[in-house]
Amino acid sequence: MAVEHVPPAEAGGHATSTGLDNVKIAMWAFLGSEFLLFGAMISTYLLYRNRAVTGPKPADVYDIPFTSVSSFVLLMSSLTMVLALAAIQRGDHHKTRVWLLATALLGMTFISGQIYEFTIFVQEGFTVRSSPAGSAFFVLTSFHGAHVTIGILMLLSLVAMSLRGALPQSRHTTVEYVGLYWHFVDIIWIIIFTVIYLVPS
Amino acid sequence: MTTASVAQRSSAFARPTAKTGVWSWMTTVDHKRIGIMYGVTAMVFFVLGGVEALLIRLQLATPEGQVLSADQYNQLFTMHGITMIFLVVMPLGAAFFNYMMPIMLGARDVAFPRLNAFSYWAFLGGGIFMYSSFFINQAPDGGWFGYAPLSVKLPGHGMTVYALGLIILGISSTVAAVNFLTTIVNMRAPGMSLMRMPVFVWMTFVVQFLLVFALPVLTVALFQLLFDRTLGTQFFGDSTSNPILWQHLFWLFGHPEVYILILPAMGIVSEILPVFSKKPLFGYPVVVFSGIAIGFMGWGVWAHHMFAVGLGPVANTAFALSTMFIAVPTGVKIFNWIGTLWGGSIRFKTPMLFSLGFIAMFIIGGLSGVTHAIVPHDYQQTDTYYIVAHFHYVLFGGAIFGLFAGIYYWWPKITGKLLDERVGRLHFWLMLIGFNLTFAPFHILGLQGMARRTYQYPKNYGFDFWNLVSTVGAFVIALSILTFFWNVIKTRKRGETAGADPWDGRTLEWTIPSPPPEYNFAEIPVVHALDDFWHRKYVEDKEGRLVPVPAGAQEAAGHATEGYGGDDHGIHMPSQSYMPLIAAIGLPIVGWGITFEQYWLAIVGGVVTFAGLYAWALEPSTEELH
Ligand code: HEM
Ligand SMILES: [Cu+2]
Repeated sequence: MAVEHVPPAEAGGHATSTGLDNVKIAMWAFLGSEFLLFGAMISTYLLYRNRAVTGPKPADVYDIPFTSVSSFVLLMSSLTMVLALAAIQRGDHHKTRVWLLATALLGMTFISGQIYEFTIFVQEGFTVRSSPAGSAFFVLTSFHGAHVTIGILMLLSLVAMSLRGALPQSRHTTVEYVGLYWHFVDIIWIIIFTVIYLVPS
Repeated sequence: MTTASVAQRSSAFARPTAKTGVWSWMTTVDHKRIGIMYGVTAMVFFVLGGVEALLIRLQLATPEGQVLSADQYNQLFTMHGITMIFLVVMPLGAAFFNYMMPIMLGARDVAFPRLNAFSYWAFLGGGIFMYSSFFINQAPDGGWFGYAPLSVKLPGHGMTVYALGLIILGISSTVAAVNFLTTIVNMRAPGMSLMRMPVFVWMTFVVQFLLVFALPVLTVALFQLLFDRTLGTQFFGDSTSNPILWQHLFWLFGHPEVYILILPAMGIVSEILPVFSKKPLFGYPVVVFSGIAIGFMGWGVWAHHMFAVGLGPVANTAFALSTMFIAVPTGVKIFNWIGTLWGGSIRFKTPMLFSLGFIAMFIIGGLSGVTHAIVPHDYQQTDTYYIVAHFHYVLFGGAIFGLFAGIYYWWPKITGKLLDERVGRLHFWLMLIGFNLTFAPFHILGLQGMARRTYQYPKNYGFDFWNLVSTVGAFVIALSILTFFWNVIKTRKRGETAGADPWDGRTLEWTIPSPPPEYNFAEIPVVHALDDFWHRKYVEDKEGRLVPVPAGAQEAAGHATEGYGGDDHGIHMPSQSYMPLIAAIGLPIVGWGITFEQYWLAIVGGVVTFAGLYAWALEPSTEELH
């Protein structure tokens, strides 16, 4: 015990009180906080979805089949994320990169769908300024979109690290934590999608 | 992870290694140094907030005061409130979390040292950003709770700065909370079970939970305000907007915030009373569980800030009842503190005096708080000086007295020097007298009907006398703070050397040298009991009296007296880093860019932050030194 070459933090392999890695606990706490962030925005949306005197209401502009498809795309990305983690745990770096890239691509597809959808809505007169309903809708969905975008950046960074050989099998937890974040963003989208598009107003 | 080749780099990107001087502070990741920086910065803001308070009081000293314009008055009371809450009490609490909590747990540092440095720099950045608004004479002027829709419509940049500044401070607090939570969950020394943690650590723990779950709700409200002001969204401005959405979101954060402010002080006092009574804390588990209960119940009472809004009788009754219930765990704590004092051999040292002052003032503040729970009373009192009296008794009489108790108590550990007792006592008595002189009259003024945020009051309303008394009191408080600074200056050179354990303490921080070495514990301690250190020093004889452990046995029991300090056995601590500072510098730049609608500047700030975070993620936490 006396000679410890392991710094107290951020280093793997140090004994912790729970046996869990520090990053994992921090990630859970952070995601808990994010949950309330989205919770408050979803509540605002529920309060405001019918509040539009001028301009269209949300229900007038939604294209549910289109959004269902892009939601499905995002859901599939959780699957590819799981496969990426499994690959690096096996030490299969080629597959790891493939699945990470696939996840990022699915995420980008989702974001493109969101941009397309926003463009259509704006053309139809449903904007952030048109009504409280519009404000609540766009702020909620674009915060989610920003989260997906950050996730994509993290995934691409992992691919770059892997290509430079900086993502050895021993660092599979890094992939795991990015995955945790990614799954969280997916789950939040399921809730948002249900609340916005499926629950009748 | 660490390779020699990295350390040999001698480019501009080499890791900083300075151990002294300004750069060593700018790049430090040591939780103790960060704790000191939090404390010093909070003290600077305390002086600023105090000067604002004095200006307010000068304006109100006489009827029809002419010291300030109405506009300046609005800016001053708003900035005073924001400063005291977000830039003084919260960061002073964080100073102790940073410095003491890891040591009390028997850890060498927090879970994420660089993230910790980032929290500090983001806090400083947020504070500087807020205060920069004074230079354009457009400081926030919508009150500390910034009620929308008014705050959307206020002209100038003030409320935009308010929203952005609090978002930055929220980022700082959230990452700090995640860091501290992880530290408490995961970094405890062997044997330090949850029910062996010092009460201060427990209260820290509850506070971090509150921060993690309460701040995001405020963040959402702030973004809505910000977007309404800058992008033209309609969260508050439209005829169909809900006029009390802001209030619900704000107080869902704001009430837990009250406990975020007071629980650290409660924790500090719960550490001090046993030490200066030579008795264990009466009912340790009860104190812990009442703290947890307060944490949970803090959520259920937010709408008691909104009785006068007209939520309807059912909602008002429900929130009145829940508010009365939350007084119960608080009362339990007071009972435990008194039980700790009961029959103890009490030493009235300065930390003890401030702790007792805390209990007394907090009881007064708590009692006037319960009167707001009675809805008809609240209709009468709300937005009068009675409320102002109430929250100053809780926040100043409570939080600030408790935090000063902590400063006097832990000063010798942090600096190695004792503060002067005589000057300390003078500080205490001046502050106690000045405090009551200032705020007790507010109760009377409030009941007489003087409205909160009154910029001038007419002659012959019967407000003159008590307002003058209050202003005199405020200057007595200012004098007391000056005595504190005098004490600091006086003892810096000539103070008595403290030694490792000047108060005959009970917890782990007193086992290591004062000031502690960078690695805290040369050897990680093993904990066998609550108040482990105390049990290594004292045993009970047959009659149940405390007697010191015989000297020989003490040696055998381990490092009871000389503690766990000692030589550096080749311990590696995380390396210093530029990255937290760089990442944080971007935040106020983004703020200025958005405030002045210079979006290129906001993008520059964003790029700086992003680059800092990226470089940070790629740099290893430790580098081999040669
Ligand atoms: C030097 C001691 C202090 C004095 C003389 C003082 C005085 C005042 C006065 C006169 C007001 C009312 C302004 C108005 O309503 O027109 C006020 C407001 C306020 N004070 Fe203090 N104060 C002091 C310390 C503190 C401390 C330590 C805290 C909190 C930790 C605090 C928190 C607040 C808050 C939150 C407000 C409400 C601001 C608002 O209405 O938006 N004050 N203070
Ligand atoms: Cu409250």
